[in-house]
Parts: sequence; structure tokens; C-alpha cells
Amino acid sequence: MKQIMAASCLLLLLLSSGGVIANPASVPSQLTQPSQTILAQSEPQTVQSSTGNSEKGRFAELLQQLTKAKLSKVVKVLEQLEATGDTLVRPLFQILLDGALYYQRDNLRLLAVDKQGDGRLLASDLLSGAALGSVPKKTIKKIRVNNRLRVYLRGALSRLALTDADVAVREAAVLSMLNKLSPANVETLETAATTEADEGVQVLLKLALAMNTLSESSLRNERLAAIAVMQGRLESSVRNQLQALVDNTGEGDLVVKTAAEKALKTIDGKVTAFGYLEQLFFGLSLGSVLLLAAIGLAITFGVMGVINMAHGEMIMIGAYATFVVQQLMPNFLEYSIWVAIPAAFLTAGLVGVLIERCVIRHLHGRPLETLLATFGISLILQQAVRTIFSPLNQTVVTPEWMSGSMEINAVLSVTYSRIYIFIFALIVFAALQLIIKKTSLGLNVRAVSQNRNMAKSMGIRTDRVDALTFGLGSGIAGIAGVALSQITNVGPNLGQAYIIDSFMVVVFGGVGNLLGTLFAGFSLGIANKFLEPATGAVLANIIVLVFIILFMQKKPKGLFPQKGRAAE
Amino acid sequence: MSNLSNTIQKYRLPVNTTSMFVIVLFAATLLASMANLLVPVDSALHVSTYTITLLGKYLCLAMLAMAVDVVWGYCGILSLGHGAFFALGGYGMGMYLMRQIGDRGVYANPELPDFMVFLDWGELPWYWLGMDNFGFAMLMALAVPGLLAFVFGWLAFRSKVTGVYLSIMTQALTYALMLAFFRNEMGFGGNNGLTDFKEILGFDLQADSTRVSLFMITAVMLAIGFALSQYIMNSRMGRVVLAIRDGEPRSRFLGYRSERYKVWLFVYSALLAAVAGALYVPQVGIINPGEFSPINSIEVVVWVAVGGRGTLYGAVIGALLVNYAKSRFSVVMPEGWIFALGALFVWVTLFLPKGIVGWVQDRFSSLAQAPAQSQADDDLEEARHDESIMINKELAQ
Repeated sequence: MKQIMAASCLLLLLLSSGGVIANPASVPSQLTQPSQTILAQSEPQTVQSSTGNSEKGRFAELLQQLTKAKLSKVVKVLEQLEATGDTLVRPLFQILLDGALYYQRDNLRLLAVDKQGDGRLLASDLLSGAALGSVPKKTIKKIRVNNRLRVYLRGALSRLALTDADVAVREAAVLSMLNKLSPANVETLETAATTEADEGVQVLLKLALAMNTLSESSLRNERLAAIAVMQGRLESSVRNQLQALVDNTGEGDLVVKTAAEKALKTIDGKVTAFGYLEQLFFGLSLGSVLLLAAIGLAITFGVMGVINMAHGEMIMIGAYATFVVQQLMPNFLEYSIWVAIPAAFLTAGLVGVLIERCVIRHLHGRPLETLLATFGISLILQQAVRTIFSPLNQTVVTPEWMSGSMEINAVLSVTYSRIYIFIFALIVFAALQLIIKKTSLGLNVRAVSQNRNMAKSMGIRTDRVDALTFGLGSGIAGIAGVALSQITNVGPNLGQAYIIDSFMVVVFGGVGNLLGTLFAGFSLGIANKFLEPATGAVLANIIVLVFIILFMQKKPKGLFPQKGRAAE
Repeated sequence: MSNLSNTIQKYRLPVNTTSMFVIVLFAATLLASMANLLVPVDSALHVSTYTITLLGKYLCLAMLAMAVDVVWGYCGILSLGHGAFFALGGYGMGMYLMRQIGDRGVYANPELPDFMVFLDWGELPWYWLGMDNFGFAMLMALAVPGLLAFVFGWLAFRSKVTGVYLSIMTQALTYALMLAFFRNEMGFGGNNGLTDFKEILGFDLQADSTRVSLFMITAVMLAIGFALSQYIMNSRMGRVVLAIRDGEPRSRFLGYRSERYKVWLFVYSALLAAVAGALYVPQVGIINPGEFSPINSIEVVVWVAVGGRGTLYGAVIGALLVNYAKSRFSVVMPEGWIFALGALFVWVTLFLPKGIVGWVQDRFSSLAQAPAQSQADDDLEEARHDESIMINKELAQ
């Protein structure tokens, strides 16, 4: 027991230290900020105005005018409002554009009103942001907007966004304007370009202006310069404009056209390259899933030689452990995963030890019978989960810091959960490698797997080593279940989906060789994902399976067969 | 494993096994058929058509179990993919039956089966051509699984893939086929498979007489399969196969090309499975990709293990018993059945390594020939020792 404790402690230590390195909590909060700010536009703001008192008074006065002004005069008031530069102007305009700006009839207080589905009107104060609850319809009046106002508001909003203090907001504003370069927008962009300090936004502004030049200007040099700016940009609007120019038969300037064609080719080349990069990433991601699923099996099957058909169910147990932990601590979902990992390891590991003690021990040296018995166990475990929980899938919540995706550029974005699972798989692999190579348990395991009788005569308690090894392999399968619960459905059939793939990975990599498993997992994952665009997911899967079957004929002992005396 | 053959050799049943098996099978079949056709419906002795169909189904599965036993019990090749050959045979028959529907389908298209109309296919894919001819369809139902078994076996046995690796590869084979047949583009009805059959060779599939005939044909085929398998096992080839099971390197050193024997045995077994599948489909009325699922194939192995591998009638008895228990249990308590099945796997492998037949034989022999027992035990001990050495070597390979 001491050994298994030591093993699990070591593993946990490694996991948690790895977790600190990879701890992402601070990263996404920065990256999700733009989306929060954009969201906030439609919400009443509590941000206090930073301008002076007199400015504040002027702003309040203008707001009052807004309630009284005729529809035709509203634009004037809005223009003056925009000129104040108050931080509340943007949310105000957004609310007005959404048609959600009301004022109270008796005291002319401005309200942001949210119409509920059941007809209730939930109001909040525009200036303070305080929620006022449901208000009767008769006591408030809507500030109406017409099309002319809407046009003005949209323009003003983008102008304001371009001068916002937040770089990300400015960037998003320019990007959204790339698709609709009206003369008014271009004017705004030009003014913004003169004051913009951030380099990234400046580049985007130049790009937008170049796109405008290309479509509006008639001077060859200007247009060629514009194309030079656009060359190599991945934004879809850039590509569309160039494509339209190339396809346009009315285009007279052949030099410009050739330049555009060339630029288009560069862009397409880049897009294809990033497409490959994305496939590679998907492949690595699938590979890490395969690796996680197979790595426990690499111990029980690869090192011990036990055919454990219930391996998939160990993964399932890990996933359900995650589910149960989340049910037990509903207020700490963000951190539940750090509890779930040891919980899954211990649960699956204990079940594994139990199976080894009760069944597999008695079937030593009869691999085919072991296969059948463990298959029976897998049926029992599946049905037990169906009876205890339900035959339906359970929902496992993904922590906030794992959801979302990282946008590298316009055509390439990767989801965080996949990145973390990739890192996690590598950490688990490294930890396992360490246990096998550096600990006394690992030494015993290797000794027993190489020559059982000799190990026994040297005083190693082989039956205990067997149980611990099997527990370790099962526990690692449980940890894999924690990771898989984040990306697949958690149900009674979870394990079934992985069992054949796991065996393929272990056999392909070479039985008894952990590094081979790593290599096999990633190469099969990548092969699968690169086949997929041409053949579709299912056919890719079949092709890979058939390939492995054929490969096994050529090299029955896998990619990296064991050599030397250990192989005897 | 050699202890098994030893026991069989020593305590052979007094009557020839084949004739005994055939007599029992035919007697039961005739009785059941007459009880269905001749006895009036309200009589207590009447056997319903539903039961007849169920019995027919059992016999098909028994034949499949026999096919697995031929390779596993006699040659030590544990195939976890025999469901694939069974299902391929079934699809062959299913395609014929599908073409017989003609314009009586939902879409009333005389040429195309319903699912193809549904998928907007213009014409029959090439591999459906000729399947409206019974003889050709049956030829295909046998040739395709046979060819698959030959190619797979030839590749696997030639490169000396044995033991667990072979088992896992057969499992991967049936899994890959399942994935493939689930695809609509394959032209085999995708998820739903082939169903809604109307008639076979002009006989209405719903009629009692057709059902009874199918049942009897199944019994005859099972008897033929049994006799043939028994003949093969008693022939020179059977002896070599047993030798390969008990010591492949030794038999190879003695000059036998073990891979050739294994390939042909594997093909024969696949053909048996395909016949079982082809007989199964008209009686059950549906064939879908679920038949390819690895679990089905493993279940067959358990029937054989329960009955007692290495004896053909043991496989048949195991299949009949487990399937009977399955139909009874899954009605009474569907959840409990899975537990029971799982427990059966474990229990049989731990406590009944020779299956029911082996257990009964042991009992019988220990009662009848108590003095001879100690000698037999010694033999067993020795055999077990040999066996464990063999298996250790196998593992190390």
C-alpha cells in the first residue's frame, strides 16, 4: 500500500506542479476582456465619468434636452453629446440604437429598459446603472429613433469605438468596418489614423484605407501600393475584394489585375498553410486523446501483458468521478477539476486493484481467458453505471478557464480545452515514465515483467507488484477519463468508444514501450485528421484501422519492438 | 489444452457423436414442426410460430458458435470478429430479399430498394447487380466472407500473428466493417440496414409453412455443418490442426506448413458463419450494421466457452442455453441480464474452464472410473504444465 501511495503522491505532485506552469487563469481573463467590453456596450454602465464637474453638468443638461427635443432636432443634441467625449456616450448611443431608451414621465429620468418575454419592462437607471425592477408601462415614454438617426448612431458608435481607450475595442472596430467601407466610414478611419498610437491598430487602419483606395482610386500607382499593403493579409474581406477585382471583366488596368492575382495567390498560399497547421493541431489534439486513452493500457497490457477489455470502463469511471465531484461541490466548479483528478485516480485505481485481486490473478498465463473475463467485467461496470446514474449522458461542466478559444489570426483559432488536454497528456506521460524509470515500484514492475520467476527469487513480492501495477494503469485510465469528460459525452458507453483505438495505439507503438505509445498516439491522430478532409471522418477512421491491420502483418510487434533479453 | 483432447479420447461416448447429434437434432425439429403445423392452435401441445422462429434463430446462432469453436476450440485461434462473416452472409441474403420486394416498397420503385429512393440514387450500384437471382446471391453470401477470411487469414497467419494480437485484429476488422456499413454511401441501407422483406423464392415470409420450412432447413444445415466439421476434425487435417493448437512450433518443425492449415480452417469457419448468417436473416426479418459490433462477436465466444470448447456439440449446447436464458431473462428483467451475462463471462473462465460439457464429462468419468482418476489427474497436471509453458512462450513472442 505504501508503494501505491508513494506513486499516487508523486503523480499528484507532478500534476499540480505542471498545473502551476500551465495555470491559465490569468491568461484567458486578459483575452476575454474584449468580449466583455463589447458585451458591456448594450448594458447600462456604472462607469463614472472622468471629466470635470462643469462637463458633467453639460452632459446632464444635454440628456434632459434629449427627452424634450423633436425627432428632427435630436441629431443636433446627439452631436453635441458626442462632442462632450463622456464615457457614457457609447452605452447611451447603443441603447438608443437598440430602441431601449426610455424616460420617466414625471421626473424625466433616463432609463434603459429591457423588455421581458412576458411583457414586463425591467428598467435600470442610465446614469447610475441601478436596477429599478419592473416599471408600469404608463409611467415611462420611449425616445423614438428613425432611420436617419440610426445611420447617425451607427456612424457615431464606430467613431467612438475607434477612439476608445481600449486597444482591443479599437481593433475590433476597425475589423468590423473592413466589410462596409462607406465614404463616411473612410473619413472616420482617416481621422483615426492620424491619432492612433497602437501599432497593430495602425496597421489595420492602413489596410482599411488601402482597401478603399483600391476600390475608389483610378491612379495605377496608388492602387498598386494599396495591393502591396493588402498582400498577405488573411482577413476574409481582403480576399473577397481581391477575388472580385480579379473576376471583374470590366477592369481595364491589366497591371493592377495581375498584381491583384499575385496578391491573391500569396493569400491563398498562406490560408492553405494555416489550414495545414490547423489540421496538424487537430491531429495533435486527437493524438493526445488517443495517448491519454491508451497510456493506462500501455501499462496493463504493454508491461504486464494483461488483456484488459475493461480498460475503457476505467476511463468511464474517471469521467463519472469528475461528474460526482462536480455534483458534490457545485459552488467551486472552477476548481473541481483539481479534486477530480486525484478522486478519479483513486477510484479507478481501487477498482483496478480489486479486479486484479479477484479475477485476473487467477487467470495468470491464460491471456485469452483474461480477455473474456475482463470483457464480462466491462459489461458489469457499464450496467452498474446505467443503474446507479442513468443510461443517459451526464453533463460535466467545463471550467471557465478551459472554454473559449485562442485566435491566432483571422483563419486560425484553437480551443483552450484542446490545448490543455494536449499539455495534460504530455504531463501524465512524463509522470508515468518517471514512475516506471525512477521509483522502486517502477523497478519492481520492470523486473517482474522481464522475468517473473527471477524477480520472485530475488524477493520481490510479485503478486503485490501485479496488483499495484494494474492499479496504476487503471488509475491513469481514470485520469484520462477526467480529461475526456471535458470534450466528449459522459455516458455508459464512453469507454466502448476508446477501447479498440487504445489497443490499436498500444499494439502499433510496440507492446511494452511507453515511448512507442506516445509516438503511435500522435502519428495515428495526425494521420486521421489529414485524411479526414479528403475522405470524411468515418472513412478516415476505417482507413487507419485497415492500415494498422496491414501494418501488423508486416511488423507484428509494432513500430518499436522490445529488443534484447526482455523480449524473450 | 491438450488435456481436453485427452479426456475426449479417453471417455468417448459409446455411440458415434455425429449420428447421435443428428438424431437428437432431427427428432427435436420434427417434433416442434409437427406440433406447430398438425396440432390445433388451442391445444396445450401446440407450438406457436413465434417459438418456431425463435428456435430457428437459436439454431443459426448455434451454427455460428460451432464456427467459432472450429477455430478456437480446435486450433486455438480466438476470433473476436466472427460476427463479421455472419453479418456479411446475412447481408448477402438480405440483398436478395430486398430485391424480391420489387415495387411493393413504400416508394413503389420496381428497381431500387426504398432506402436508395430515399437517398435519391438514380440506379442500382454495381455490387447490387444480379442479387435478384437466388443462386448468385447465395454464391456471393458465401464468396465474400470466404474471400475476406482468406485474405485476412493469409496475411495474418503467414506473418505468424498469433494469440491476443490476432484476437484484437479480428476485433478491429469487424469494428471497421461496422463503421463502414453504418455509412449511407456504402449502399447497404446505412443505420437501418435491410428490412421489410416480403418473400423468399416466391414463398411468403410471414406464412407458417415458410417459417417451419426455414426452421427445418436450418436444422438440416446445422446437421450437415456438424457432420462436416466432425469429419474434418477426425481427418488427417484435423489431427494436424490439433497438433498446431497444442504446439505450433513443434508441428512446424515436423514439417507441417501450419499457416496453410490455419488459413483453410479459418476460411471453412467463416463459411459456416456466413451460412448461419444467411439463414438467420429471413427468419429474423432484418439485418443491420449492429450485427458487426464487436460485442456480438465476443458474446459468441462466451457461448462456446460456456458450452465447452473443443467439442462441437458443446458449442451448440452453449449457444442454445445462453440464448434461451437471454430471451427469458431480458423479458423479465432487462437490466439484470447484462449483469448476469457479465458474471457468466467471469464465472465460466474462472470456474468452468472446460465449459459445461467438460464439467459433466469430468463428473461422469470420476463416478464411472474412480480408479483411473489418479492417473488421469497426473496426465492433466502434466498437460497443464506444458500448456502454461506454451502460453508463456506465446506471450513472449
